[in-house]
Amino acid sequence: MYLGIDIGSSSSKAAILDDKGALIAHAAVNEGTGTKGVERALELVFDEAGVEVDTVKFTVVTGYGRITYEHADKQITEISCHAKGVSYLCESAGSIIDIGGQDAKVIKIGANGIVENFVMNEKCAAGTGRFLEVMARVLGCDLSDLSHLAGQSTKEVPISSVCTVFAESEVISRLASGEKRSDVAKGAHRAIAKRVSGMCGRVGLKDCVFMTGGVALNSNMVKTMGETLGREIKAAPYPQEVGAIGAAVFAKELYEKA
Amino acid sequence: MTEKKTSKQMLNELVAQHYADAGKAKAEGKLVAWATSICPQELLEAMDIYVVYPENHAAAVAARKQSMDFLERSESCGYSIDICSYARVNLGYKDIMESDACNIPAPDLVFCCNNICTTVAKWYENLATELDIPFILFDTPFNHRYEAADHTIAYMRGQLEHVIGQLEEITGKEFDYDKLSEVMRISNETAYWWRKACFTARANPSPLNGFDMFNYMALVVCIRGKKEGRDLFRLWYEELEERAKKGLGPWKEGEEKYRIIWDGIACWVHLSPTYKILKKYGVNVVTSLYPDAWTIFYETNDIEGMARAYSYYHANRCVDYVSDTMLGLAADFNIDGVVFHSNRSCKLMDFTVYEQQRRLEEKAGIPSVVFDGDMCDPRVLSQAQYETRIQALVEMMERRKAAKEGR
Repeated sequence: MYLGIDIGSSSSKAAILDDKGALIAHAAVNEGTGTKGVERALELVFDEAGVEVDTVKFTVVTGYGRITYEHADKQITEISCHAKGVSYLCESAGSIIDIGGQDAKVIKIGANGIVENFVMNEKCAAGTGRFLEVMARVLGCDLSDLSHLAGQSTKEVPISSVCTVFAESEVISRLASGEKRSDVAKGAHRAIAKRVSGMCGRVGLKDCVFMTGGVALNSNMVKTMGETLGREIKAAPYPQEVGAIGAAVFAKELYEKA
Repeated sequence: MTEKKTSKQMLNELVAQHYADAGKAKAEGKLVAWATSICPQELLEAMDIYVVYPENHAAAVAARKQSMDFLERSESCGYSIDICSYARVNLGYKDIMESDACNIPAPDLVFCCNNICTTVAKWYENLATELDIPFILFDTPFNHRYEAADHTIAYMRGQLEHVIGQLEEITGKEFDYDKLSEVMRISNETAYWWRKACFTARANPSPLNGFDMFNYMALVVCIRGKKEGRDLFRLWYEELEERAKKGLGPWKEGEEKYRIIWDGIACWVHLSPTYKILKKYGVNVVTSLYPDAWTIFYETNDIEGMARAYSYYHANRCVDYVSDTMLGLAADFNIDGVVFHSNRSCKLMDFTVYEQQRRLEEKAGIPSVVFDGDMCDPRVLSQAQYETRIQALVEMMERRKAAKEGR
């Protein structure tokens, strides 16, 4: 068995490949680095796979919490792991738009899932999952309902602030001036899409673009991203666990190389 | 017999001496100037004016983690957080005039050369106005074309001659042209040895650790026109050459696995983590645009040549020049990758980062990453984000190496 772990800023993910390289378990827990999230994610995948921990031959850890995690054989950045994971799941993938809790990145993939080039967001939370979390709070809904809310929009309200803090006050003032929650929600999705599309322009998109990261679970975000870029964008299978799956693929490759 | 000092010992002594001498000069009633880091200090030295460099002082204060007091002071006076942190530290220091890190005496005049930055004149103008002291500006127009136009050089030459008159007026002395020749000669020699030392890093492995270059840089700023500076850099070169001959790398422990260019100013305020994270992955900064920043060469007594040399600092030249230089360095130093410091303080350098990155990738296939940081403001850098970017660069460099070697 080969284990991949992805400890993000707001969620923990794990995946197991069997000895032949088939994906037999994957799980995500919405608690990130510094919490018990990683232990819970591991319990879930071992339960799902029905295997014992000591059958694991090699473990690769990735994500924000990778540096402090002590039980892995190797740590690899989430950039390489997302590229590896997506090309394992969809061989034809050319580019990835990964939007996680505090990072957004656009990755160009080469043969065998190698990273040809990538760009990441600047230090601030603009264009990341954190932005959507803040928007959901101000709009008074759960993060998981935000997509549905935006789907009901009939007249998009533009949110011009890039900064998450300023966008929050802009949304409050839009709501106060009588705009509909759904229209403001759609505007918040558009704000992220515009921010990220600038990054896509910098690194250049290849054909067959997949979205990964927790934000790709939001179907309206995937749709808005496609509308903004004027091309088809698909959510990768298991978008949240792709990094962990890529880490598990690396674990197998590294074990077999050694 | 006393043992010969190492260049590192000399460096530490000379830095301490530079600041001590500045205080002494002021106490003895000598004139003190605050000047920008790549200015024609030759003119001031020739008139026996003691020159200190606020940028260098701010870097020293930041490296000792003392910059916040000064940043907060200038911000409370109304200077925006978006302004250069060298300026904010210095404008705060101007009021407080006391730091545990090191001190510079109050200026009797300020001397500003805007080749390093097109906005620096505003900082110096404010100093001069608030302190009510003379403001001397040497204006070096930005070179939008590859070479400086003749009229630009003539304009700068005229200014240098005008500065000489201003200095005569301020000091009440006739200009000392003999001393000027002497300082010009020494400044060229210092620049020669500085460059030669930095260029030993072309050896594989590099005997030079790029973060040492950042440390030695303090003195190429502060004592370029003094023979102690020249002697220091000659000794440093000899030591590095010796290391290169023995095949010694940059560090006592650990092998140089990847050779990179660091583009932009160092994060003085986070020097240790930015260095250690690179070293952890075997990444050595072998060069940057700094080695040539102070290679200001001209013939002694050639004022026009001097004007041209000061105009040609890379931040004062067009994108094409900078990218050609970067590609040249990449080939010359056998570079694996580039780290771009997107410095919140330095808009001038940040403006071209994405274009430089694109050209490096397109023309030489060299991978690079950009990280957000600042030279003196500790609030900007996120160490975790920095490490992720560095590690991702390492992964890209490793794959390219493996592909080249057919692994």
